[in-house]
Amino acid sequence: MSAILPPSERLWWKTPISGQEWAWIGIAFVWAMVMFVMMVYWHINGKQNLSNEVYKTTTEMFQAKTDAFVKENTIRTEDSLANPDLKMPVVKPNDKGEAFLLGRLWSWYPILELEAGKTYKIHLSSVDYNHGFSLQPTNINIQVIPGYEHVVKMTPTKAGTYAIVCNEYCGIGHHTMLGRIYVK
Amino acid sequence: MATTYRTCPRTGLQFDLDADKLMRWNAVAGVLWLLVGGITALLVILTRWPAIKLLPADQFYLILTAHGIDMLILWIIFFEMAVLYFASSTLLRCRIATPWLGWVQFWLMVVGGIMTNVAIFQGGSSVMFTSYVPMQAAPHFYLGIILFAVGALIGCGVFFGTLVVAKREKTYTGSLPLVTFGAMTAAIIAVFTIASGAAILIPTFLWSMGWIKEIDAQLYRMVWWALGHSSQQINVAAHVSIWYLIAAVAFGAKPLSEKVSRFAFLLYILFLQLASAHHLLSDPGMSAEWKVLNTSYFMYFAVLASMIHGFTVPGAVEAAQRKKGYTNGLFEWLRKAPWGNPVFSGMFISLVGFGFLGGISGVVLGTEQINMLMHNTFYVPGHFHTTVVVGTTLAFMSITYLLVPALFRREMMFPKLCQIQPYLYGISMSVLGLVMMGAGTLGVSRRHWDMAFSGAPFQYEWPGAAYLMMGLTGVFGVIAVIGGGLWIFVVVWSLLFGKKLDGGATHDKPVPIPDQSAAASASHTGSEEEHTSVPGTVVLAITLLVCFVLYYFVNWKYLSEVWGLS
Repeated sequence: MSAILPPSERLWWKTPISGQEWAWIGIAFVWAMVMFVMMVYWHINGKQNLSNEVYKTTTEMFQAKTDAFVKENTIRTEDSLANPDLKMPVVKPNDKGEAFLLGRLWSWYPILELEAGKTYKIHLSSVDYNHGFSLQPTNINIQVIPGYEHVVKMTPTKAGTYAIVCNEYCGIGHHTMLGRIYVK
Repeated sequence: MATTYRTCPRTGLQFDLDADKLMRWNAVAGVLWLLVGGITALLVILTRWPAIKLLPADQFYLILTAHGIDMLILWIIFFEMAVLYFASSTLLRCRIATPWLGWVQFWLMVVGGIMTNVAIFQGGSSVMFTSYVPMQAAPHFYLGIILFAVGALIGCGVFFGTLVVAKREKTYTGSLPLVTFGAMTAAIIAVFTIASGAAILIPTFLWSMGWIKEIDAQLYRMVWWALGHSSQQINVAAHVSIWYLIAAVAFGAKPLSEKVSRFAFLLYILFLQLASAHHLLSDPGMSAEWKVLNTSYFMYFAVLASMIHGFTVPGAVEAAQRKKGYTNGLFEWLRKAPWGNPVFSGMFISLVGFGFLGGISGVVLGTEQINMLMHNTFYVPGHFHTTVVVGTTLAFMSITYLLVPALFRREMMFPKLCQIQPYLYGISMSVLGLVMMGAGTLGVSRRHWDMAFSGAPFQYEWPGAAYLMMGLTGVFGVIAVIGGGLWIFVVVWSLLFGKKLDGGATHDKPVPIPDQSAAASASHTGSEEEHTSVPGTVVLAITLLVCFVLYYFVNWKYLSEVWGLS
């Protein structure tokens, strides 16, 4: 390299950043902040936020609570397409608007019957593996984990028959794990 | 030190022969796992295609478990080991530190990979890539992954050791080249990732042996995702480094600003691993505050980093092209780019697909409340097939078109097939990702054998559009498998039967870097000296932002229409 030429490499950390790059960094940063604010805003003004009310439980305890709830609040039974001998209870939430929904290999238990426009406290848990509460066709998806009793407040908007698809892989019968919620 | 170097006469890259052999063996092992992963991909696709539904349920879940492990772990990490050795030993023109430990890395990963696959194919370990407890696999399923991870950790150690040797023996002056710096961030994230993996998989292994009674299911998910997601950040750091490498080699491009690009890599180290929290947004065990904090700060700063790279990589290409005289209009630099060179075309499709599809879908999916629309639906694999496959795998494929002549000393055969492969694979995989996201938006579940729910106590009929999306998933999935298979074919055929090329002169000391070579561009440190305006890149970036903003708010609108939740 000729001595009369300036060094070809300046120290990289001293090279100034171009205006276009700065502008893009600024825009990207502002956008990240907008996305942050949206989540907080939705907690204040939005109507779809996942509940924070959770209790540690055991599979035995949750099974017992669900059984007691079903025993007291069953309004009728229904036949299963898969097993004609099986009578599946259809249950209404109790006076306090509470209901229990249990995921197990491979069913959602029991069938719930709700009313549109009312708010319910649905206690969700699993008594074996992880399961996925996927309410269709409205499309709400919540992870269901054994040992955790998740109290989700739900307000159905429209009457109809809803399916609960299990969308967390739970073994060979996973695809048969379909539950039901009626909304009147 | 008794080390021999050879200088590639075509690129000027200098290979330490020990590192050379390690890179070749790791890359070949990666390709073989990609082959296994590709066969399982075809079986998965043909089963989820509702009109075909090839496999019975038990085999489907077995094959799906193998597909996840063989692609996400075995193919990618083997190839990344080759990338790490390349970025250290080759780019720094340095001998590799402790080559024997490199072989320990290789054989541990081989043994671990085979052990886990044996467990899967024996049939008792169809627990999916995530292996959520309390679902249990055979002990050697976990043990194989642990051995593999120890191997990968040793590989990172060899990489760091080589950086130290290069510094001490002054094989380079000034700072590490940007590509090596990026690879170093990948290796640092890898160490964190593997530590998290050890923290969860060792207890899970002991539990599968019956020595630990219980592992909390929520705790498992939290620690496991520090492995599961962070390992994807290794991929991001690695493939972004390869984008810079290809820009340097194909165009002689320098980063617009070393400072900005390096800072963006640092953001990955600081924030990406914590982004694993966005897998838990619809879980019961974490509070809303925890979720918002983790998505907003610890994810969005990493998103910021990717948005920066998404600007600076095409920006560097544009600046280099404009200097060569392609200055007409906004996009002459892009139109006159070497679209017939698979190294470039693959890299550019990887960049655009990763940004527009993988990036946007990932951030939307990772928004605390919006996650409830998509959690565990087919949207999730749609998202990561556009990040890990279009982003990482396609970037790795592109660099291979350069490495086969330089590293394996073979001429690529079937140049026409090489030219179309990145288009065939990149475009079909992008469309596949899109239709998967479409099905997921309609609620279709991931990891689900039968969308008709045969044998269920009730019936539920998905909308016709969901069946259409799943049919398209089948069609484009098969095309993507053909595109991936084509790459394996041309690479393996060239390695076996391609014309042997001159390996170049060997020396027992490192030789200075030849000017005007690919090696000089890749090993060079320093930004563009005078700022070249990059209006085309600005337009591309703004287009990305507009798509991003629109799609983001469309999803809030969609969320506002579902049942009230509080």
